[in-house]
Amino acid sequence: MTTTDSPPAVPAPAPARPRRRRSTGDTERGFSRTFRWITTGAGALILATLAAVALFLVARAFPAVTASPTELADAVPRYPDDTSFIAYVGPLVFGTLLAAVLALLLATPVAMGIALFISHYAPRRLAQVLGYLVDLLAAIPSVVYGLWGIAVLAPAAAPVWGWLNDYLGWFPLFAGEASPTARTLATVAVVLAVMILPIITAVSREVFLQTPRLHEEAALALGATRWEMVRTAVLPFGRSGVISAAMLGLGRALGETMAVLMILSPGFLYSFKVFQAAQHQTIAAYIALDFPEASGLAVNALIATGLALFVITLAVNMAARAVVARRKDFSGAN
Amino acid sequence: MAQRIDVKDVNIYYGDFLAVEGVTMTIDPRSVTAFIGPSGCGKSTFLRTLNRMHEVIPGARVDGSVELEGVDLYGDDVDPVAVRRTVGMVFQRPNPFPTMSIRDNVLAGVKLNNRRISKSDADDLVESSLRGANLWNEVKDRLDRPGSGLSGGQQQRLCIARAIAVKPQVLLMDEPCSALDPISTLAIEDLIQELKKEYTIVIVTHNMQQAARVSDRTAFFNIAGTGKPGRLIEMNDTATIFSSPAEKATEDYVSGRFG
Repeated sequence: MTTTDSPPAVPAPAPARPRRRRSTGDTERGFSRTFRWITTGAGALILATLAAVALFLVARAFPAVTASPTELADAVPRYPDDTSFIAYVGPLVFGTLLAAVLALLLATPVAMGIALFISHYAPRRLAQVLGYLVDLLAAIPSVVYGLWGIAVLAPAAAPVWGWLNDYLGWFPLFAGEASPTARTLATVAVVLAVMILPIITAVSREVFLQTPRLHEEAALALGATRWEMVRTAVLPFGRSGVISAAMLGLGRALGETMAVLMILSPGFLYSFKVFQAAQHQTIAAYIALDFPEASGLAVNALIATGLALFVITLAVNMAARAVVARRKDFSGAN
Repeated sequence: MAQRIDVKDVNIYYGDFLAVEGVTMTIDPRSVTAFIGPSGCGKSTFLRTLNRMHEVIPGARVDGSVELEGVDLYGDDVDPVAVRRTVGMVFQRPNPFPTMSIRDNVLAGVKLNNRRISKSDADDLVESSLRGANLWNEVKDRLDRPGSGLSGGQQQRLCIARAIAVKPQVLLMDEPCSALDPISTLAIEDLIQELKKEYTIVIVTHNMQQAARVSDRTAFFNIAGTGKPGRLIEMNDTATIFSSPAEKATEDYVSGRFG
């Protein structure tokens, strides 16, 4: 029998069925169905919470954003005269970002070093002890970090900041007039760095430990030293994980309130002079400081600064995801 | 390019556990030597002592001597890193670096130790290594794509290209085809025949037909029982091992009457 005359063997079109969102078939029975609803509900809850927070922020910030500068200047204690709302929030955003980025720059290399030491260099027992100690850092309340910053770190750091200011003052960050009490953004950045160290270390450590043994041995078998093995196998594998870890840390640094509030002598300038007092303020500390005495439009103004913080953290996280996704093909996940 | 290996009275330990006992053998240059034997008999462990990869496992150590052209690899002043550059290795599962392109994978070993290499030299080396691994024609148009996007057999040949790019004297292969389909296995076996013109090749395999096809000499390892150390039972020309072995255990194993 030849097939040349017969029509091509196309299966008959299936009878039209009512379209379902997902073909679940026979596998979805009893608890399986319930479980699907539980997980769906949990997912939806996150979205609902996020939406509620965003809605609250936008709704309550709206009056402040649309108010005229004169109204705001009357209502808000620290509002500069004759300026737009942007000029009011701007220095706060700047101070927040500067403190958080400095903290991140200080903390990430140290955290990666500790994580690598724990995962690839330390003897097993020492690695365990060190791991616990780093986790313990995360358990210290931020108010204690604040006290430590004022009582211990600031006096100890003042001569160091002074020295840097004297000899490396040409560098923009070190310029200005070093504060003798060191209750400045530099000290805040160090405290924030210590605070975000545990989360970055813990996540990086887990990521480094998951490096496939096969890849490590591939590097070693090519004649890699330990450091070269780390460089060719461990670090590339952990890259996206370390970025995620750093973003978690950045998120914490951006939102940290108590330690900043206690240590920093505030100011409202666009200033890079991290050793000088009364230059910077962060959004979170500003809200905490002014909220108890705020009323009316001033509350809306504070919430508007909170909205700015919310937008910043959202943008930071999205940027981190973009960085991670850009090299997806090379991530080893395929 | 190829060098001879003399192994004398090697005992291999994991901590206090003696895994392989009293191995003495000679591996000829420009030949393929196959290690066969049941699982757990220590043939992979022994293979890894030939380039000091055994000792990367915590607590693992080796007694005895392994000489490459008369130089003891376990001598006091010998750097294991240098040993591994001379004695390359290909693993059971293909393991190209997933974060690197095909080109960078080939160059990975060369770029270690911050050695500088000009772009044209690098291009030549990538091409010659990939040609040496019979992979050039398949990947020459996509050298910048990730190595993990290749098929399993291609990945394994990429690993071979990576290993020969550093110009080793000896190439160790730890069951290089066990994760591959028959076609890819054939490609690797053909490649082994090519490579033995330049390198000393030692291959561990569970596949006795493979040992018979590719190797010149075969060593049979066995283990007396669980917890006992593995031993080298006999080593001879492959034809002899598969036709008239001296030991009863070897004959039982190669004829499938084992156990």
